[in-house]
Amino acid sequence: MRITRTRSARLAAGIVTAGLLVGLAACSSADDSGDDGPAVSAGPDGTDDGTTLTLWTRAPLEKQAKLLVEAYNDSHENQVELTVVPNDDYVAKVGAAAGSDGLPDLFAADIVYVPNWVQQGLFQDLTAQIDGLDFKDQINKGHLAAGTADGKEHVLPFVLDLSMLFWNKDLFAEAGLDPEKAPANMTEYAEAAKAVQALNKPDTYGTATGLNCGGCLVFTWFPSVWADGEQVMNEDGTESLLNSDTAKEIYSTWKELWDSGAVLPSSEDEAGPTWTAGFTEGKVGLMFYPATLLSSTTGFDVGVAGIPGPEGGASTFVGGDGIGVSKDSENAAQAWNFLSWMMSEDAQVGVLAKNNDVVSRADFADNEYAAKDPRLVTINEVAGQGDTPVALNFQQAFNAPSSPWLTLVRGAVLGDGANVDADNDEITAVLGQ
Amino acid sequence: MTVQTATSPAPPPTRRRTNGHRLRGWAYASPTALFVLVLFVVPLALVFRMSASKWPLLSGDQGINFPDNFTAAVDNRFFVDSVVFTLKYTILATILLIALGLGLALMVQESSRWKGLLRTSFLVPSALGLASASLLFYVLYSPLAGPLAPFMERMGWSFLGSPDAALASTLFLIVWRYAGFYMLLMLVGLQSIPGDIYEAARMDGANRWHTFSKITIPLLKPTLALTTILCVTGSLLAFEQFYILTKGGPDNSTITVVQLIYSVAFQGQNDLGVAAALSVLVLAALVVINVVQLRAFRGSDES
Repeated sequence: MRITRTRSARLAAGIVTAGLLVGLAACSSADDSGDDGPAVSAGPDGTDDGTTLTLWTRAPLEKQAKLLVEAYNDSHENQVELTVVPNDDYVAKVGAAAGSDGLPDLFAADIVYVPNWVQQGLFQDLTAQIDGLDFKDQINKGHLAAGTADGKEHVLPFVLDLSMLFWNKDLFAEAGLDPEKAPANMTEYAEAAKAVQALNKPDTYGTATGLNCGGCLVFTWFPSVWADGEQVMNEDGTESLLNSDTAKEIYSTWKELWDSGAVLPSSEDEAGPTWTAGFTEGKVGLMFYPATLLSSTTGFDVGVAGIPGPEGGASTFVGGDGIGVSKDSENAAQAWNFLSWMMSEDAQVGVLAKNNDVVSRADFADNEYAAKDPRLVTINEVAGQGDTPVALNFQQAFNAPSSPWLTLVRGAVLGDGANVDADNDEITAVLGQ
Repeated sequence: MTVQTATSPAPPPTRRRTNGHRLRGWAYASPTALFVLVLFVVPLALVFRMSASKWPLLSGDQGINFPDNFTAAVDNRFFVDSVVFTLKYTILATILLIALGLGLALMVQESSRWKGLLRTSFLVPSALGLASASLLFYVLYSPLAGPLAPFMERMGWSFLGSPDAALASTLFLIVWRYAGFYMLLMLVGLQSIPGDIYEAARMDGANRWHTFSKITIPLLKPTLALTTILCVTGSLLAFEQFYILTKGGPDNSTITVVQLIYSVAFQGQNDLGVAAALSVLVLAALVVINVVQLRAFRGSDES
C-alpha cells in the first residue's frame, strides 16, 4: 500500500513540475508572431564599427560564401563569422533557431523557400535601404521579387545558380554534330542525345537528369516551360499549371528519350547527390546543368546555352540563395553594411566574377573576367531572361522527397503518363494548403 | 523479468519508517528522478502540448488548436501507406533477425575451433553506427559510383530501383548490422541454460530436435521475449536506414512512420504540431504493442 502511495505522489509531483516547465516554455515563445519583421533603419552604407556579425549559409554555397566573407573581413572593420550548415539540415536548424529567437545577424536561404520565410517574419524589412540603391533596377528581379511581401523588400541575391544547357563538344564532334551549335529546341535536344548514344561508347550516354530529385527537376525542367512562354504556376503560386500542352510535350520528349535508352540509367533513382556526376566526368553528351559548376568541367570542351522549350526559345531557373537580415539581429545597420558591399562592384566583379560565378547585377554581366570566357557572358545574359517561381508551399509541393511533382514526373516519364492531370491536381492541392 | 515484481504481494504496512527516513529516501532517488524528469517527462509533456497546438516550425507556438493536428495527421496522404509499410518492415525484420540471431548463436556455441573468429566477425558490424552503415551501403548500392554498378547494369536492375528491391536491400543492411547484436543476446540466454538439463535429456534419449524444441526454446523464453520486444520496437521506429538509403522512394514506397514525422516537421509542411500529433499516435501504438507482447510472453510462461 505504502509503495503505491509514494509512487503516485512522485508521479503527481512530476506532472506538476512538468506542467510548470511547459508553461514557461510556452510563455517564452508565445510572442513570436507571423508578421513581417521590423524595418531596418541605417544609412545607405550601413555602419562599419568593428562589430562581429554572424552569417549562416548552406553547404552547396560554401565556396562563394567563404570568398565573399574573406574579402569583406579583409577590407572592413566589421568581421563576419561564417557558419556553413549541411544542406539537408538547414531548414531544421533555421527553424529551431527561429523558434528560440537565436537566428544569426545574416542568413541565406534557398530562393524558393524565401517567400515562405519572409511571410513567417524571419527577415527584417529592408525596403528603405534597397530603394536607396541607385542601381536597384540592375539587381536580379527574380530574387528581389521572391523576397518581396506586401510591397516590402527583405532579401538581396547572395549567390545565383542558373540552370543552363551544357553540351560536351568533344562528344558532339565524335557523333557528327556541330560542336559549336546548341540544340535550338527539345526535338533537337533529343536528336543530339540519341546521336551521342548511337556512338555506343562504353559508359557514355546521350543525356542525364535526376528523376528521383524534385529539386533537380524543378531546376532543369521548368525553364523548358518558360522558354515557350508558358507558366508553371499561377501568379500567386497556389495553382499548378504543369499539365499544359507544353509541359506534356516536355514529358513525352523525356519519356521517348528514356525508352530509347539515351538517358544515363542511374538517372532513374538519382535523388540528388550525384545528378551532375556523369556529365562532369565527360560521360554524358548534353544535359541541363547548374552554371555554378562550369569550373568543374575540366578535361573536355563545354558549350553553354539557355534551356530551350519544345518550340525553341531560351530560359533558365534563377536559383541560388537570397540573403537578408534576420528578425533576431541587433546589428541591422552593420549587417546592411555587409549587404550593400555585397552588391558593389568590388564584391560582384572583384570576388564573384573573378571566380567564374554569376553576378547578380545586370550592369556587370559583361565584365573583364567574363570577357575572357564568352560562356560566362551567355550565362550572365540568360540570367536576365530567367524566372524564379514564387509559392508559399514550394518545398512541400516540389522539393520534398515525397512531393507530388516527383510522382507526376516519374509517372509521366517512367510510367505510362496517364495520370498527369490527376497528379497536377495533387500539386495544386498541396500548393493551396 | 521485471514484470514479475508487479504481481508479488505488497509487504504489510508498517509505521517503522520516520519522516527522516523518507527524506533520505527522496535524496537517494533524486538524481535518477531528475534525469527522468529532464530527459523524459519534460520532452514528453512538450510533445503533448505541441500536438495540441498550432506550432509551425518557423514561427513557434500559436496557441491551442486541439484536435486539428490529429485530424491532419490521420488525413496525411502518406499516413496509411506509412503505417502499412512500417508494419510490413517490422514483421520481416523481426523474423529475420530473431531467426538469424538464434541460428548464429547456436552455431558459434557449438563449433569450437572457429568460435572466436566467427563471434568477432558477426559482431563487428554492430560497432558501426547505423547512419554510417547506411552511408556505406548507399555507396555499395549506387548504380553510378558503387562497385556493383557494372553488375547492376548487366542485370538491368538496381538495388534501390523498385519498391521490393529497395525493401530487400534495406533489410539486408539491417540484418548485416544487427544480426551479430542479436546473436550476442541469444548467446547469453543459451549459456544461462544449465548443462545438466541437456545431459539429462540425452540420457532420456532425446534427439537434437527434441532437445532444441523442448528444452532450448522454452528455457530461452525470457531472452526471446527481450529480443522480440527490442526488435519490434526498434523496427517500428526505423528511420536512419530509409532516410539515407531510399529517402522514402522509389515512388514513396518506403516511407516509415518516423520518416513521415520527420518530413512533416522539417521537409516542406514544417508543422511541428502535426508532427507531434503523429508522434503521440506512434507512442500510443508502441505502448499498446509492448503491453500485448509482455502479456503474451508472460501468459505462456505461467501456463
